[in-house]
Amino acid sequence: MWETIIGLEVHTQLRTKSKIFSSASTDFGSEQNTQACAIDLGLPGVLPVLNKDVVFMAIKFGLAINGKIAKKSIFARKNYFYPDLPKGYQISQYELPIVESGSINIFHKDKSKKIGITRAHLEEDAGKSVHDLFDDKSAIDLNRAGTPLIEIVSEPDIRSAEEAVIYLKKLHSLVRYLEISDGNMEQGSFRCDANVSVKKNTDKKLGIRAEIKNINSFKFVENAINFEVNRQINLLENGNSVIQETRLYDPIKNETRPMRSKEEANDYRYFPDPDLLPVVIDSSMIEKIKSDMPELPDKRLERFIKSYKLSEYDANILIADKFLANYFEETLKANNLESKIVANWIITEILALAKKSNIDTENFPVEPNNLNELLVFVKDDIISSKQAKEILQRMWLKGEKANTIIEKEGFQQISDSTELDKIVENVLKNNYKSVEEYMSGKTKLFGFFVGQVMKETEGKANPKIVNELLRGKLDKKC
Amino acid sequence: MYNKTLVELREEIVTKKVSSYELTKYFLERIKKFDKEINSFITITEEYALKTAKKIDQEISKNNMRALSGIPLAQKDIFCTENVKTTCGSKMLESFVSPYDATVVKKLKNAGSVMLGKTNMDEFAMGSSNETSFFGEVKNPWNFEYVPGGSSGGSASSVAARLVPCSTGTDTGGSIRQPASLCGVSGIKPTYGRVSRYGMIAFASSLDQAGVFAKTAKDCALLLTEIAGYDEKDSTSAEEKVINYFDICTKKFKPITIGVPEEFLDGLDNEVRKVFDDAIEIFKKEGCKIKKINLSNSKLGVSAYQVVAPAECSSNLSRYDGVRYGYRAKNVSDLEDLYKRSRSEGFGKEVKRRILVGTYALSAGYYDAYYLKAQKIRQLITNDFLEAFKNVDLILGPTTPDTAFKIGSKANDPIAMYLSDVYTVSANLAGLPAMSIPMGFKNELPLGLQIIGSHFDEDKILSLASHFQEITNWHDHQPKQKLLGLD
Repeated sequence: MWETIIGLEVHTQLRTKSKIFSSASTDFGSEQNTQACAIDLGLPGVLPVLNKDVVFMAIKFGLAINGKIAKKSIFARKNYFYPDLPKGYQISQYELPIVESGSINIFHKDKSKKIGITRAHLEEDAGKSVHDLFDDKSAIDLNRAGTPLIEIVSEPDIRSAEEAVIYLKKLHSLVRYLEISDGNMEQGSFRCDANVSVKKNTDKKLGIRAEIKNINSFKFVENAINFEVNRQINLLENGNSVIQETRLYDPIKNETRPMRSKEEANDYRYFPDPDLLPVVIDSSMIEKIKSDMPELPDKRLERFIKSYKLSEYDANILIADKFLANYFEETLKANNLESKIVANWIITEILALAKKSNIDTENFPVEPNNLNELLVFVKDDIISSKQAKEILQRMWLKGEKANTIIEKEGFQQISDSTELDKIVENVLKNNYKSVEEYMSGKTKLFGFFVGQVMKETEGKANPKIVNELLRGKLDKKC
Repeated sequence: MYNKTLVELREEIVTKKVSSYELTKYFLERIKKFDKEINSFITITEEYALKTAKKIDQEISKNNMRALSGIPLAQKDIFCTENVKTTCGSKMLESFVSPYDATVVKKLKNAGSVMLGKTNMDEFAMGSSNETSFFGEVKNPWNFEYVPGGSSGGSASSVAARLVPCSTGTDTGGSIRQPASLCGVSGIKPTYGRVSRYGMIAFASSLDQAGVFAKTAKDCALLLTEIAGYDEKDSTSAEEKVINYFDICTKKFKPITIGVPEEFLDGLDNEVRKVFDDAIEIFKKEGCKIKKINLSNSKLGVSAYQVVAPAECSSNLSRYDGVRYGYRAKNVSDLEDLYKRSRSEGFGKEVKRRILVGTYALSAGYYDAYYLKAQKIRQLITNDFLEAFKNVDLILGPTTPDTAFKIGSKANDPIAMYLSDVYTVSANLAGLPAMSIPMGFKNELPLGLQIIGSHFDEDKILSLASHFQEITNWHDHQPKQKLLGLD
């Protein structure tokens, strides 16, 4: 039997207004090279000045993973040549990172597991090389150069692609809870390198690992690792060996391929950056940040299960995303709805709408108080659940409120018993043959009568009352 | 006029005996006349200077005086200047124009000075003779067959030849003090962090420090007061309060305790020794106590320096890759070819030598043996100094082992060249302020006295130096006018 050993390095863009060593903006999507100042361009004579916000963010992260916050950490230069690296070196942390020895718990197959985090360090991002803009030339966009990153390095504690994804999702959720990153994977704010190796169960020594670079979606991480694990097992089972190398994942072919050796054969010649002073953090600063820490996912999960009586499954879905959990709590705020019902609506309906329209949890077009209003209409039997789903769709797409749609479109449910009694009477009269069959024991036909009433009322009849009326009348006939 | 000190020139301007425009014109004429031979300037900013001088004159006419209103000066071509070429003495930056002013440049502009041009220097400040400049060697005004020292050779020789009253320089291992010594002018390298490095093209970031050249210590004090201070753009600049160094120099001198390191006198040339001893005698007469001290680790200074400086330079100079600015090789076949050829063709021999040495010293497997060890030596040297400063106020010695050497005599012997920094590198490694002032001659070539102080003791150094210049007149000596084409 083969065992898989995985360690992940996650690069997370920190959510600061300006860059890590300059005052240029970090906004995404601006015109090329408009957000790069003299410092980001690496002009002669410029010097980096540390943006203090990144230090606060790193401390927050360190506290959230119960890590050790270094009293003194050091920025180092990682030297290599690349056209989108303007200075010819990246300012990173090497020997003394800002955070060490933390961990997070993941929940997989009904079991909780601790994944160690070796270190988290601060560094600057490089720019972007664009190869498809001109026929015979490459272009460079330095807008991203100098964007602050925190690199989070896990211990090799992960044992499967599934675990890797769960760990990543947990980390993703955490940085969003801490509001230190928007975690936007499409824009590259959260990307991952995976170190993968396999070994026989009985072997004590780790196998030779391959590093898969720059994977930017949960799905790709899963696929890339699975592919790589199979590749390595195949090699070993056929008597070949794995070589230590850097590989790229190609999502179109769903395979990993070695990077050209030139791109990886680097001696980075790390040394402390003489332009920057050591980052010194005193305990009062840590205490202050500690007192401002938001509620974290694990605590919130516990609270959701306990105070809202949610299943662990539902609670997990809700708390995984800070904004979704907030949305849930906001919708419940008026204290006029059952928490379980609200959870169901959000998990099934709202999330489906969000997925379909590709809107993230931070930007739902239906405000929680409007969802609350809609669900109260259901609770009060003014509309049916089915109608509510239809109305919710319209609210989502057009931004209208529930009561406006109900009034305008006549969505109101018919709950008036006298009115319904007449309709039920008519349905029974018009289907006397079926009534006879029902009475002779074909009780399955009950649904047929309900359906007929609904047809007559264009679905607006209150099903509960219709049921009661039908039941009464048919039983009387028996 | 050319022989006047800054202090005197300022008086002339304040009393409106001379206008900034006249002064600017006068020195520009001297540069045009004599610099063809000396080659101390890379760029002359005549148009800019005259325009600025006119503006300053308008201010003066409204009695709006600033600390250096109308004072002409030259900037070492290592300081970035907006709209004016900044070459750093290299083909790599032959036509580079910075979009911003270095902090030193900005401060001197704000003080009302008038920049006449940018001075020649060893390429990327790597050299002790000004022979590595892409723009040609600079001549020592005392004898054109001799080097002016380096790397701030153009700044020192332009002041020595009286082409400008003062200039800026940078000092990484002696690049202000050594040329000041060889050219017979005063030059100060302040404490590391005293002056902002922003906009000063980096050679070795942990050693580089900006400073000034002038005829006298008082003039240096006047200039230093303007350029010193914390700069939020340079994280390594010190928040230490700036004092008015000029005022300190005008106060009555109080005798102090002077330390003389035995290591600096061991095997010293006899004539140089005599000149130095004469200087020490003067301080004795003035009531100073002279103490022999030991800086036993200073003999390791050059070795440590030759690891740390190249290591940092190998990284600092990586940005000159032909991609965004600077020299770019023609007809390249691919990216690697672009890198290799742009850097091979754009950098000179000495720069390439240091990049290679530094790259080696930082390589995996060698880092501990070289870089880390050099940093440890650096700490030992610093400790020696701090220990010495418990008992003495200032440390004195010769700035250089000897007078200027002949052009070409050491150009092919890098080790001999590196050893000309033997007395100066220690102050850089320890981050200490140090100054060189003229103390006499040997064979009609000037010799400098080095004064090293404890961190942020520029005031003590300048006070001692200016007192020495009140008693002696070595600083008034000037190169033979005949040599400069004057009778």
